[in-house]
Amino acid sequence: MEILSLLGGGMLLALQPLNLALILIGVTVGLFIGAMPGLGSVNGVAILLPITFLVPPSGAIIFLAAIYYGAMYGGAISSITLGIPGASTAVATTFDGRPLARQGRASLALVTAAIASFIGGTVANVFFTAFAPLLASVALAFGPPEIFALMLLAFATFVGLGGDDIPKTIFSICFGLVLGAIGFDQISGAPRLVLFDMNGFLQGIGFLVLAIGVYGIGEMIWTIDQARGEVETSTPKMTMRGMASDAAEATRRGWKGTAIGSVLGFFVGILPAAGATPASLMSYGVAKMMSRVPEEFGRGNPDGVAAPEAANNSASTGSMLPMLTLGIPGSPTTAILLGGMVIWGLTPGPLLFVQETEFVWGLIGSFYISNVAALLINLAFIPLFIWMLRMPFTILAPMIFVLSIAGGYAATRDMFDIWLIVIFGLGAFVLRRFDYPLAPAVLAIVLGPIAEPTLRQSLLLSSGDPSIFFTRPIAGPITVVALILLLLPALKLLRRRRGKAEDGAA
Amino acid sequence: MRNGEIFVAGILALFSVYLMVKSAELPIGFVSGRGPGGGAWPFWLSAIMLVCCGFIAFNWWRGTSPPSRSEEPFLDSYGWRMVITVGGALIVFVALIEVISMYGAIAVFLLYYLRFLGRHSWGLSLTISLATPLIFFFFFEGAMRITMPTGLPFTDPLFDLLYEIIY
Repeated sequence: MEILSLLGGGMLLALQPLNLALILIGVTVGLFIGAMPGLGSVNGVAILLPITFLVPPSGAIIFLAAIYYGAMYGGAISSITLGIPGASTAVATTFDGRPLARQGRASLALVTAAIASFIGGTVANVFFTAFAPLLASVALAFGPPEIFALMLLAFATFVGLGGDDIPKTIFSICFGLVLGAIGFDQISGAPRLVLFDMNGFLQGIGFLVLAIGVYGIGEMIWTIDQARGEVETSTPKMTMRGMASDAAEATRRGWKGTAIGSVLGFFVGILPAAGATPASLMSYGVAKMMSRVPEEFGRGNPDGVAAPEAANNSASTGSMLPMLTLGIPGSPTTAILLGGMVIWGLTPGPLLFVQETEFVWGLIGSFYISNVAALLINLAFIPLFIWMLRMPFTILAPMIFVLSIAGGYAATRDMFDIWLIVIFGLGAFVLRRFDYPLAPAVLAIVLGPIAEPTLRQSLLLSSGDPSIFFTRPIAGPITVVALILLLLPALKLLRRRRGKAEDGAA
Repeated sequence: MRNGEIFVAGILALFSVYLMVKSAELPIGFVSGRGPGGGAWPFWLSAIMLVCCGFIAFNWWRGTSPPSRSEEPFLDSYGWRMVITVGGALIVFVALIEVISMYGAIAVFLLYYLRFLGRHSWGLSLTISLATPLIFFFFFEGAMRITMPTGLPFTDPLFDLLYEIIY
């Protein structure tokens, strides 16, 4: 009961005219920043941080959290309409969002993403409200072996579920992980993998460089080649009735993915260092695994849009939990929020809930309000995003190229990276022609810098004994599930061969 | 496609070996008291990449992967023309950034693509290729405070004028 009254007070604070205006502006700005390839919630929050000094701390954090929410909704927009994930959290959304858009059902994909995001965010808010301090202690029990096991599980979902060429999938994962290792060795600080002795590689290769190259350049050239110059642009019309029927269809065909993403996303999100990207990927994998029609995934299944979208929103809320309760940021954006809180004179940690009750509950209340605002604002702008898709392809394609190059530069501020984007794009086109899946490489480059140090720390803890991943109570079961998923394709193959042999014998 | 599949697998195998050699510049084994060496992670991953290339070649030999069974060429004449006109334009676009600025390069690229590849009218092509860099300028430099390359010094007078508007 006490929690409800505190939450009610928090919501009233968030609904005060100044705070409500900040929420509406923050969500709208976040939505558009998130929809730009190359710019994500980190950019939005970092750029607008100075503005927050004009308002009281509670208003400031509400504003930043609203931008964060808006950007999370916005990430899906470029994934669906342009096929370029605006942020790593939205990579999994392209798998089914883009095919739906190609079939002229972009509105269904966008409405599904919006509703799933809303439900994911709301479920996470309820969990957050009810179990914040308790869950923080669970998250603390996650050490390096547990986090590495989790990363292994994320990769295993790719291999175990893929009907594609397994050696090519594994190649793609390892290639992404090696690209993520370029630059400096995080532990000894020594330069590592400075390819062809070019100094540009010393700063490493960022996720966006690979993602923009693969999706913004490679995928576009592939589309132009496949379509033989006559790319059929869908001409969907957007009416209120159409949107209502899309909403009904999204609910009917995407509820399962939404439910999986909402719950799984939150629990992966609260783990320090895990965050929304593995959450969205795992939810996609689990939704595919539990679906009655897994073969429809990757061809435009609403569940495939709902699961990662619900998960990334749920995980974003989840990642606020270790930041507020322990002072550990779960993502770059929460790290900036944490920095902001310190500047405003607030100390994140267990005492924050006791000493700054009004601030904490105002923030939690604003999560609920921001979520509703983000849903409504997003739905209102869907016709605009759909209109973009009605542009002739010969205008849309160069616009996407220009957005990719300019957005890529905005994110990295380095011409070396722009050349890499073009090289990755042309390379991706060639690999795509030969059926190499590239999404695993894109996700691996994000997860690699988390996986490697946790593996090394774990092996250091166990003096090089890999059984540490099996003997710890949390890491053990996760590792076993990951290995089963990894071995699943081999077992399926064996069973198929045995079946054929028996048929032959009969 | 059949020849291309094994050729690409060969190139990737060579690249994997190169990555293994580069990784081995740092210790790749277990360093007592310090855990796995700095080169271990990329070295063993590159080794797995090499093994995967072996499997890809094996599947090619057995003819189980779709490209290894395909008789069509990697790219036909349309495909080559498209890769050269679009891919080449992208390379020129990026090369021009440091000469005539990001915004100048955007304008030239859009004009080329819209007018010559897209066959749109001069009016539409010029309008889009001039309006887009201007909108981008006010968005990136004005709203987001992100400075884009301005090219060689001869572009300065134009940028001085534009910066005066936003600052």
